[in-house]
Amino acid sequence: MNAKPATRIDLLLVASMVETGARVLDVGCGDGELLRLLADTRGVDARGMEISQKGVNDCVAKGLSVVQGDADIDLADYPTDGFDYVILSQTLQATRNPRHVLEQMLRIGKRAIVSFPNFGHWRIRWQIAARGRMPVTSNLTYAWYETPNIHFCSIQDFVSLAEMVEARIVRAMALDREGAQMRFDGPWWVWNLLGEQAMFLLERKRA
Amino acid sequence: MTETFTSHAEAHSPQSPIAHFDASQPLAMSAGVMLAPFSIAYQTYGRLNADKSNAILLCHALTGDQHVASVHPITGKPGWWSALVGPGKPIDTDKYFIICSNVLGGCMGTTGPASLNPATGKPYGLDLPVVTIADMVRAQAMLVQRLGIETLFCVAGGSMGGMQALQWAALFPDRVFSVMIIAAAARHSAQNIAFHEVGRQAVMADPDWRGGRYLEEGVRPAKGLAVARMAAHITYLSEEALQRKFGRKLQNRTEKTFSFDADFQVENYLRHQGSTFVDRFDANSYLYVTRACDYFDLAQDYGGSLAAAFMNSPTRFCVVSFTSDWLYTTAESRVIVHALNAAAASVSFVEIETDKGHDAFLLDETDFIATTRGFLAGAARARGLDT
Repeated sequence: MNAKPATRIDLLLVASMVETGARVLDVGCGDGELLRLLADTRGVDARGMEISQKGVNDCVAKGLSVVQGDADIDLADYPTDGFDYVILSQTLQATRNPRHVLEQMLRIGKRAIVSFPNFGHWRIRWQIAARGRMPVTSNLTYAWYETPNIHFCSIQDFVSLAEMVEARIVRAMALDREGAQMRFDGPWWVWNLLGEQAMFLLERKRA
Repeated sequence: MTETFTSHAEAHSPQSPIAHFDASQPLAMSAGVMLAPFSIAYQTYGRLNADKSNAILLCHALTGDQHVASVHPITGKPGWWSALVGPGKPIDTDKYFIICSNVLGGCMGTTGPASLNPATGKPYGLDLPVVTIADMVRAQAMLVQRLGIETLFCVAGGSMGGMQALQWAALFPDRVFSVMIIAAAARHSAQNIAFHEVGRQAVMADPDWRGGRYLEEGVRPAKGLAVARMAAHITYLSEEALQRKFGRKLQNRTEKTFSFDADFQVENYLRHQGSTFVDRFDANSYLYVTRACDYFDLAQDYGGSLAAAFMNSPTRFCVVSFTSDWLYTTAESRVIVHALNAAAASVSFVEIETDKGHDAFLLDETDFIATTRGFLAGAARARGLDT
């Protein structure tokens, strides 16, 4: 259900945030590219959940530990603090209840890593403002009537959601179209304008 | 006592190795009694490596046996899992040391109702305590220990074999590195118990069953057992597969005969399945193994919580179901997967698209082969077996 097959750079960036030997759950793991990367390069105990049975079968055939499941429903099964990291790569916008999914991730994992396409990017704003049409970009290729992406948000929206679910933002990154980190500083509104994608490392605020 | 039937001969002197456990090593059974002495007939394939880390135990289904990848001594047919087990196959006998034993209560050399009761010198019949899946597994664990293996690389099985694999993971988490639970369930459903009861009643309604003492009287309840097999066989297939294979096609005739002869191909097929089964299987054994499945409810042994059976389990799990299997449905497999997720266990779950029904696990299904190969390869990497 990814907006677009996430690029290699994007995944390398996610992998770089995970310590060696950590226990990781990748929610919406697709064909298992990130799991493979984590297992091979970081010695991670990597597990996956994927909604499409085809994706699951492909992953298991590669020797990865993946179950068929729906992030909106099946995260509830997992125990609190069962994982060091729960990763949601380019999948948040395809969930029915992003807030619930994020809360579950923060419950199951000590930390959560979320990456998503930024709907606040200037090019998207321009398409809506100038053409008055739902945006279609090289990153978001679906027409509005067939997109699996039902809950787009901007970087600023996500920052508010993180606040709402009492998550602390440990790290945040704006990414360009290819998924490479954009190096600049500034308030969220600048990030929101310039980042085509975003990646957040979150943890629960201490009670 | 007569020795008329081949299945009976195999029960006494199987054409495979046999491990005997004497009175000093009794088996503590779920029924609350000790069984001693007892024997386990088994087959092995491939070679045990130097550090004894490449052993796979395969658990057979209801009416299977230890001849998983070798010619059956009675039927002359290839082993029941030849599709998956052999040199270069997903369960690779060039790479792994494969063990498969006949279950407790079976009739192919392991102690079962056709075995002689040392107390009477006659076949046990129904005097053998009712056997459970846990009993089968505890007996297998004793065999594995006898073979000098501390930790199994994998325990795998389909159907009742899958129940045993699941029970293994629950009873001996530190002795099993990975398990494959294929077309199975953590408990037998009401429908499945019902089908088994039909089979048992068919056996017991046969006048030649003789209250379970048929062996001493030199007869056997062949008709009853054949009917039991016919009914059960339908549950192993799917409606689509039956329709595709037989439809309403007639058997070697162009017109219906207006009789109760086997006009339809499907009738002929089932009659054949029934009659060949009775040549290789003991009727009382059928009562015991079906009962073992019916009694299986793993969560019940752990305070009603299946997840509690797998808490902190170090084992890697692979659960497989088949879309057209209505005997052990995908929903039943999901119950296992949910429990394993709740226990934060390492689990893979694959549902294979097929119209072949429950028996698909015995067949050469491309996606199933790929799953088995992939899961074992991943586990072998984790176990350091690839070097």
